[in-house]
Amino acid sequence: MAQTDTNSGRAPARKNIFHTLEIDLRLLGMIGAFIAVCLVFNVLTDGRFLTPRNIFNLTIQTVSVAIMATGMVFIIVTRHIDLSVGALLATCSAVMAMTQTEWLPNALGLEFGHPLIPWIAIGVGLLSGLVIGAFHGYLVGYLAIPAFIVTLGGLLVWRNVAWYITSGKTIGPLDETFQKFGGINGTLGATGSWIVGGLALLGALYGLYAARRNKVKHGFPVKPVWAEFLLATIIGAAILGFVAILNAYEVPTRVLQRTFERAGLEMPEGYTQSYGIPISVLLLIFLAIAMTIVARRTRFGRYVFATGGNPDAAELSGINTRWLTVKIFALMGALCALSAVVASARLTNHSNDIGTLDELRVIAAAVIGGTALAGGIGTIHGAILGALIMQSLQSGMAMVGVDAPLQNIVVGSVLVLAVLIDIVYRKRTGGA
Amino acid sequence: MAQVQKQGVTPLVEMRDICISFGGVHAVDHVSVDLYPGEVVGLLGHNGAGKSTLIKILSGAYQADSGEIHVRGKKATITNPRDARALKIETIYQTLALADNLDAASNLFLGRELVTPLGLVDDDAMEAETRKIMAKLNPNFKKFNDPVSALSGGQRQSVAIARAVYFDAQILIMDEPTAALGPHETQMVSELIEQLKAQGIGIFLISHDIHDVMKLCDRASVMKNGQLVGTVDVDDVTDDDLLGMIILGKKPGVAAD
Repeated sequence: MAQTDTNSGRAPARKNIFHTLEIDLRLLGMIGAFIAVCLVFNVLTDGRFLTPRNIFNLTIQTVSVAIMATGMVFIIVTRHIDLSVGALLATCSAVMAMTQTEWLPNALGLEFGHPLIPWIAIGVGLLSGLVIGAFHGYLVGYLAIPAFIVTLGGLLVWRNVAWYITSGKTIGPLDETFQKFGGINGTLGATGSWIVGGLALLGALYGLYAARRNKVKHGFPVKPVWAEFLLATIIGAAILGFVAILNAYEVPTRVLQRTFERAGLEMPEGYTQSYGIPISVLLLIFLAIAMTIVARRTRFGRYVFATGGNPDAAELSGINTRWLTVKIFALMGALCALSAVVASARLTNHSNDIGTLDELRVIAAAVIGGTALAGGIGTIHGAILGALIMQSLQSGMAMVGVDAPLQNIVVGSVLVLAVLIDIVYRKRTGGA
Repeated sequence: MAQVQKQGVTPLVEMRDICISFGGVHAVDHVSVDLYPGEVVGLLGHNGAGKSTLIKILSGAYQADSGEIHVRGKKATITNPRDARALKIETIYQTLALADNLDAASNLFLGRELVTPLGLVDDDAMEAETRKIMAKLNPNFKKFNDPVSALSGGQRQSVAIARAVYFDAQILIMDEPTAALGPHETQMVSELIEQLKAQGIGIFLISHDIHDVMKLCDRASVMKNGQLVGTVDVDDVTDDDLLGMIILGKKPGVAAD
């Protein structure tokens, strides 16, 4: 973490170029910290950390926490907290597992494996999360019970509702289509990944172009053209590099052989197949884009940040802050459900301890990602990066062979340190 | 001037017999005030006299326990700030009511964002509009992309004023608009008030400063302990008369009898 410190210390000298590129310095610091973590572990593990296989695993392990962290940003920005996300994830996971293995087959007579089952289960899960979240929001917004208390209660309640629903049993295996959302069981393959990468590149380029055109239209100052091109190159390299790395992770030969055998075919000599982008990661990317648009470009997002910055001002501007609170918690609930899809699909079953301590990981991810507990400040990409940094630390230490208790001690210390660095940074730069 | 207004012209605002209490304290106790087009009415009184509370009832932040509000001759129900804004009532709060983490344009349009055809917030259009109005109000204002926490007191004040003026207010409430300002900026606010008055806008001006009131207002309503002491034409009274009303709660006319 010393790397982060040197990064922010060095930053002012280079301010001009970053200023020209209009890149957020804090984001740069976080990326710097992340790269530093990766490099250090790569050295410590003799190059095993930065292999396509490990990067693939890192991304699918991060998704569940990252999905919830995007919602936690809104919660914390409005000066609330949600301690119940891990428990809510468990309840949603339990509901979905029971829906697909017990309720639908028994009540509606849909055979396990029926093509509709995963979709109905996901729908039921999302609805459960949404309703429970909205209920939390109602208690916080309209009945004025502090969010800390509501969700602390929720932590106990929903963890044990999950237990009650499943009688504490592990429910699985889950539906095969459902499992595709987990990671390794559902990937796009090489061609699909390149297509997605290409579309993402086009989208990013168009985004840059549209933003510039809009600024020119209103006569605002714009970046020099070389800066735009540099930015486009960096973004393009990042997107295509990411796809290339995930495509470089190939399905092990014996797994392929088994697949061919099951289909009654012989595997051709020298046949290889890439995993490519996992569906869960694609889901996270879409979610990140959607949540960023919600945060920056919708009235809802604007009101979330205004309320976080000054609740009285928001109220006096005619914003219905109580209803806003309900909506924010409902969104958080739905994201817990989405996260539950990914988490239980990755494990291929619902287990009683699913999502345990996730509330702390999610809050830590949001806070490491620059979300201020005082409210009003936070970004979606920061929270996702925060989740990625946490996961890298955790799996890096596991690979190096650090004892489990030490791992948690380090992660806890990093959280506190990250907030300290953030406070110092904010003081020096004077605000956001 | 006040004579002309009272004959036949519909008042912009009439607040009749307004009462509100908080936990048994009568913060506003049977108070009636009115406001005519192109007029500035000063609201005077000590801290806790109830002037800010009275005005917050008009701006929708509080709801009166009893009494009626008539806007342009029609009975109005104002239950939240949105209702007030819909009636073209704009307020500049003493606290400015700005979200410090947002930039000037976001604050100016807070609650009334300009949107693209897709329903997304159109930041560039809002910034363009903000630049236009700021060019008129405070040409020195340049920090369009910084959060308002990075602005000086005067700049923040101009954001709050711009917000009230931009949306074609017909009734403007200014709560201590010059409290945090230097002499130059205070002068700018005075000029703005004159200008708005000339456009036919009615202004309630809450102030501690008797000189401000004597200079800017046409009439003054004085409150003490939640009750209205009286409303006078500023031209008919002296500073001392007003002081007597504020401190002793006695009307000059009554004293003369």
